[in-house]
Amino acid sequence: MMPEIALNILDVAENSVRAKASLVEITVSVQPKEDTLTVVIKDDGCGMTPEQAEKVQDPFFTTRTTRKVGLGVPFFKQAAESTGGRFQIDSEKDKGTVVTAVFTLSHIDRMPLGDISSTIHTLIVFHEDTDFRYTYQYNEKSFTLDTREMKEILGDNISFAEKEVSDFIRDYLETNKTEADGGADI
Amino acid sequence: MKSLEELRAIRTKMQGKVGVRAENENQTRVVVGMATCGIASGARPVLTALSDAVQEQGLTDKINVTQTGCIGLCQYEPIVEVMEPGKEKVTYVKMTPEKALEVLRRHLLGGQVVTKYTLSAAQKNAE
Repeated sequence: MMPEIALNILDVAENSVRAKASLVEITVSVQPKEDTLTVVIKDDGCGMTPEQAEKVQDPFFTTRTTRKVGLGVPFFKQAAESTGGRFQIDSEKDKGTVVTAVFTLSHIDRMPLGDISSTIHTLIVFHEDTDFRYTYQYNEKSFTLDTREMKEILGDNISFAEKEVSDFIRDYLETNKTEADGGADI
Repeated sequence: MKSLEELRAIRTKMQGKVGVRAENENQTRVVVGMATCGIASGARPVLTALSDAVQEQGLTDKINVTQTGCIGLCQYEPIVEVMEPGKEKVTYVKMTPEKALEVLRRHLLGGQVVTKYTLSAAQKNAE
């Protein structure tokens, strides 16, 4: 099991990168009034057939050749469903995939959100060829980080891995998250 | 809310001093396994610790920290592989941020393989 939701997001978003997505859109929405925490990971990668989309929810299916189990999606699914939430994969071959996980926010079995800003930072800095659009929402407050906008400002020569840029990304994610959720313990 | 405007200042500041940071043959590659097995056993803090330290110590020209998928040794994750040009690959297993920084200090900077954390040491202990 993953100890936090953020790590599930990191793991499942890596699937989008491996599916050769050019854009991965990640939304984390915390809605205390509705008692939900919703994660949506949407990509424009290679997608899956309905059969494959069914199979990836089975722990004994993987496309890897290095091992015989594939636990990324099953972990995420179980984490959501064990809180009375739901889990869904909508995928279309050659179009892309949308993974949706809804958690019951107040459920005793809901794992903590964890360090979501680090997760997004890791994804962005280590996959510069893939664009990410990340939206974090808490009640009505939200913010977005879109790497396409960043690239427009920075131009082609400055890498996200440069210390100044990498530090800015982390600071942006952390500061804006705290402003959106008031530092709530999620 | 913080805006992207600060990036403009960063861009101006960095113009001129930015060389193309292409991967070159003389670079040492440090690879962290970041598949489900790696992530579940704590690879993210290891990756962050290594890449932050390399950045802070200004070693990005010499050392390139990247991530990879599963290499089939899930029980030994988090795994860090060190590939120095012209040398045999060294596989460090069951890494933590602290151990990884020790590897950076003693192996990558000091030139001495930290034998106690290697795969072969772990396999010997398991016998």
